[in-house]
Amino acid sequence: MAADAGTGTSSAPAIELRCISKAFGPVRANRDISLVVRRGTIHGIVGENGAGKSTLMSILYGFYKADAGEILIGGRPVQIGDSQDAIRAGIGMVFQHFKLVEPFTVLENVILGTEDGALLKPSLAKARGTLRQLAADYELEVDPDARIEDLGVGMRQRVEILKALYRQADILILDEPTGVLTPAEADHLFRILENLKSQGKTIILITHKLREIMAATDTVSVMRRGEMTATLRTADTSPAELAELMVGRKVLLRIDKSPARPGRRVLEIEKLCVTDAQGIARLSDVSLSVRAGEILGIAGVAGNGQSHLLEVLGGMRPATGHVRIDGKELDLSGPGCDGRSRRAAGIAHVPEDRQREGLIMPFHAWEDSVFGYHSDPALQSAPGLMDNARIRSRAGDQMARFDVRPPNPDLAAQSFSGGNQQKLVLAREIERNPDLLLVGQPTRGVDIGAIEFIHRRILELRDAGKAVLLVSVELDEILGLSDRIAVMCGGRIMGERLASDTDETELGLMMAGMKGKAA
Amino acid sequence: MDFPTLLQVLDSTVRLATPLLLACLAGLFSERSGIYDIGLEGKMLAAAFCSAATAAVTGSVWLGLLAGIGGSMALAGLHGLSAITFRGNQLISGVAINFLAAGLTVVLAQDWFHQGGRTPSLLGGARFEAIALPFAETLRPVPVLGPVYAELISGHTLLVYVAALLVPASWWVLYRTRFGLRLRAVGENPEAVDTAGVSVQATRYAAVAICGLLCGLAGAYLATALQAGFSRDMTAGRGYIALAALIFAKWRPWQALGATLLFGLLQAVALRYQNIELGGVGLPVQVMDALPYILTVVILAGFVGRAIPPRAGGEPYVKER
Repeated sequence: MAADAGTGTSSAPAIELRCISKAFGPVRANRDISLVVRRGTIHGIVGENGAGKSTLMSILYGFYKADAGEILIGGRPVQIGDSQDAIRAGIGMVFQHFKLVEPFTVLENVILGTEDGALLKPSLAKARGTLRQLAADYELEVDPDARIEDLGVGMRQRVEILKALYRQADILILDEPTGVLTPAEADHLFRILENLKSQGKTIILITHKLREIMAATDTVSVMRRGEMTATLRTADTSPAELAELMVGRKVLLRIDKSPARPGRRVLEIEKLCVTDAQGIARLSDVSLSVRAGEILGIAGVAGNGQSHLLEVLGGMRPATGHVRIDGKELDLSGPGCDGRSRRAAGIAHVPEDRQREGLIMPFHAWEDSVFGYHSDPALQSAPGLMDNARIRSRAGDQMARFDVRPPNPDLAAQSFSGGNQQKLVLAREIERNPDLLLVGQPTRGVDIGAIEFIHRRILELRDAGKAVLLVSVELDEILGLSDRIAVMCGGRIMGERLASDTDETELGLMMAGMKGKAA
Repeated sequence: MDFPTLLQVLDSTVRLATPLLLACLAGLFSERSGIYDIGLEGKMLAAAFCSAATAAVTGSVWLGLLAGIGGSMALAGLHGLSAITFRGNQLISGVAINFLAAGLTVVLAQDWFHQGGRTPSLLGGARFEAIALPFAETLRPVPVLGPVYAELISGHTLLVYVAALLVPASWWVLYRTRFGLRLRAVGENPEAVDTAGVSVQATRYAAVAICGLLCGLAGAYLATALQAGFSRDMTAGRGYIALAALIFAKWRPWQALGATLLFGLLQAVALRYQNIELGGVGLPVQVMDALPYILTVVILAGFVGRAIPPRAGGEPYVKER
């Protein structure tokens, strides 16, 4: 499909950027970026976090003004001062975090900002017709009267695409569009994008998933440290080459691991149930076990109970049922249901949302390095008094061992990149040598280089004979890292598989709620 | 309670609910756009003073009304500047405005009129007169409906009718116009509005200006219709009661009408029954006077079910990164 790139109907490229530069204080987020995006193609942009992709797109969409450089749309130079200018120039943007008004209906969200007059009625009627047309043209069916808060993420994303199309966008920019989608939803999205392409729209796809770049794009541009390092025809490149261009060195994409040597049962979960404050069952009769020296991966679309499972095991949420660590029953709803007693039982927890639950962002890295373990007498100079000097030097050592950059314990947690924040949390939890490590979304928002490191550390813990329970929405990660995989849907376990004899298709079906055949 | 007494109590409910309703709608516009406003009290007080002072000097209630609106909108502008342009803390700004109004009105009143922090009593054309609706006297003999029309519906000042009309008007603006859509959107998710190419700041300023206008009406009503002149702290916490009513109404106009009528009723009852006997024990007058405030506390403590405020309420809008 890359072959027809450049043979579009018009000779002028859809977008041409010439020598765009943008600095934030001393940080040069974009340096002399030049880019040509041909009309009627899907153009991928890859790069690590902080490589400058988002800054570049924000310049295109009028959030920032470039310090230098030129933007040409359809061959004509344009000034994009705000989002309104970008919309007028035919650019539509689908953000990673949707920009939708949740209590509003789909229709209201679509017309917001492009109403035809002071009264809503005519605009709503017109949008209803246009939406019906767009749905027919591009497989973009959405109930126009549904409230956004009642829609799933896949549908919300369609609304964002519809918003852009309703504004007659010719160029659609999608920022990490598949992060929140099931494999089936992602496939549907790519069908929609193909469809849009065939009708002459130009699509820019920003993603860190190389598989998607290879599957969906015609051309791919790689950014590293604010510079555009290469633009290649997708057909002429490979994931390994792209990864190397992104990181600047060779990267191991496949997770290399030895076979597991499972030992005793460390964690046993029996008939675990959780009902939330609204009376909705979040976990129903979940039974699982994890052995020493193995990684059990929990696959599932976000919001199907995995988070609740982690929270129950981590002592953050009460539940009913039984959980045993090395045969010892845990208190699931009484006074012993807290993080401290879970840690005492040998459970370490790397929570899914590291910024909210794993770290206190404004605190120094060394302060963050003791949370959860601050009552350890070894870290106190006298009962109740923290031995700060010792904690600091210990944190420095930990940071060096976990390759945190920069290895400065006096920096605030928020001044580290996502990957380095994750390493701070991992260091704290793994260095305690737990019997069971709970780890949620270990590489969400983490650069390729750091992903490799984090995966290796988790495997090392397994090989040291510890049990690991891994929750991730990234199927690749689940498949690569786990020894056994359990799939959750709607708060239930749909089935268990050995990682070695399942694949993405089967897991995808189970994630969508289809019962797997008996394991 | 006999029928004429009931009518009297209800009649005074309408009078007392009017400033609450105006202030509540003012808060509704502001908070729906994401700007919390605990400065309703201060704006009303400033408006009461400005209108009474101007009406006293010029003898014209209309000039008084304009001055009241002007004073209230000036403070609203100050709140907007601090909350929208300078992204300050909206609660602190509101508290500051309340203090400013409480102090400044008394000081200016004393300096200008030398009557112990009051304005002179307003007479004749310096006050809003009651309006008799057509056929009020003709219909009075009709049983039940006649007195209801003549006593309860007819015979209020202009601002009472304006306040009543503002309820459907607010509903229509919020839910049927482009401006209303944008205003509600900006209070829920300003980013959505910004990326749609609409100015978050302009929309919020417009909402705050409407808030100022309505608080101006409320304050002017207090000083030139309900009473005849300004006196120290004459708003007596009505701004806070209006906020409680706003939460009770879950930020919706028709419900705001109901909520403020309820508070008005309590105030009317307290006014009418200063000494009430309950099971042989005489309730002190203070207990009755405290009724509306007790209800305020009860509502604010969350006994009326979950009220979900606009999601972006209280947060200054900063563009990403």
